[in-house]
Amino acid sequence: MTESVYQVRGLTKAYEERRILNVDRLDVYRGEILALVGPSGAGKSTLLRLLNFLEPPTTGTVRFLDVVFAPNHPMPLPMRRRVTTVFQNPVLLNRSVYANVRYGLSLRGQDDASDRVMQVLEQVGLDRLARQRARTLSGGEAQRVSLARAMVLDPDVLLLDEPTANLDPYNVGLIEEIARSLNVAQGTTIVLVTHNVFQAQRLAHRVGLLLEGEIVELADRKTFFEMPTDPRTAAFVRGEMVY
Amino acid sequence: MDEILRGLVHAIHLIVVRDPALFEIVTLSLRVSGTALLFSTAIGVPLGALLGLSRFVGRKLVVALLYTGMGFPPVVVGLFVYLMLSRSGPLGALDAPLVPSLFTPAAMVVAQSIISFPLVAGFTMAAVMGVDPQLRRQVRALGATRWQTTWAVLSEARTGVIVSVIAGFGSIISEVGAVMLVGGNIEGRTRMLTTAIVLETRKGNFDLAMSLGVILLALSFLVNIAMLYLQGRTFNE
Repeated sequence: MTESVYQVRGLTKAYEERRILNVDRLDVYRGEILALVGPSGAGKSTLLRLLNFLEPPTTGTVRFLDVVFAPNHPMPLPMRRRVTTVFQNPVLLNRSVYANVRYGLSLRGQDDASDRVMQVLEQVGLDRLARQRARTLSGGEAQRVSLARAMVLDPDVLLLDEPTANLDPYNVGLIEEIARSLNVAQGTTIVLVTHNVFQAQRLAHRVGLLLEGEIVELADRKTFFEMPTDPRTAAFVRGEMVY
Repeated sequence: MDEILRGLVHAIHLIVVRDPALFEIVTLSLRVSGTALLFSTAIGVPLGALLGLSRFVGRKLVVALLYTGMGFPPVVVGLFVYLMLSRSGPLGALDAPLVPSLFTPAAMVVAQSIISFPLVAGFTMAAVMGVDPQLRRQVRALGATRWQTTWAVLSEARTGVIVSVIAGFGSIISEVGAVMLVGGNIEGRTRMLTTAIVLETRKGNFDLAMSLGVILLALSFLVNIAMLYLQGRTFNE
């Protein structure tokens, strides 16, 4: 895990003069699962949007596989398409489950991919619901469609933004298992944003704590949870941080 | 009540015997309103999408003008087009090949396009604004270009967009004031279903007027059914 997929340097993001994010330095390594934890409003989702090149930074750079993303320097489409995000709220298209999963491939002009779509639907346990309208699914099923929609693209990097918030334990377990197997079997790099420290502990190789837009500590899982250097990390891990 | 029944019977009779005058009027009505609807859809849907999806300086003014246009009396639009296209008007005086002459189907198309496009644009804008704003971010995250994102939002707003087109069609197929002014209701040239109804009513031919009214209603119903069917065919998967 030495090759950097992302090299983030001096990255800031501000909305109407209010600075939301200020990440001086962050490297994401190929094939790792990096979890970013922190309270609500810490800037985790903002960072993820920048890692998916969905909005430009205010200052600083995100270098993705040697291509630079910076203010007035958007990420070229072919590179942008190597990353995708599963958001907390699965916003599904008002079409069938199958059409939703196929959607990203259609955007890339890959219309003849029914085998691939069905294979991924099988992986998330929804192949029997392929023809069903996506908007009739339960929350857990919808999130699995959202995950399948991302998986089918076989991205270099999968960004997960609180993917299991508000889900039942069964679906939480299922989604965590799928993410883990994607990482192990296909080597997909995963950046997971969560406020659930237990989930970070279960899944991540490295964990970072974001507070008020800044990464206060980033370490391998064992160090982060057992020997944190920053007292705020220790407090967060013990569940003592009030937010 | 007798007129209504006689009108219904007469309408069926005219259709069965394939009355040439009737078919000419129906064909012209569909041709003029259909062409105007094509123009207003081509302008109104992209404009509505732009207003619904983006924020720019002057947007509120454009929206206010659009809302005004949605409630604009058709006869005033007719008067405006009449004045513009008349020989002494700013466009008519040009005598340019692309500027239609008064009392022609093309002049009626211009008037009907102006009447219907604010409705198409306004309802499209409302439909687009009703789509979950997170959808755009999600679609972008899946690798959509700007155009693909816009298309995705329009697809999600499809029911509203189809309603906007239906509303646009409804506003012109049943419109009489503007086409009367700029078309002149000339037999065999610019006589539409609505203008023919007015004429026959004035002449006291209530059963013929009623039969034309029944045909107009049936036509409107069939076009709307066709659009709804098309909506299902285009987007259902």
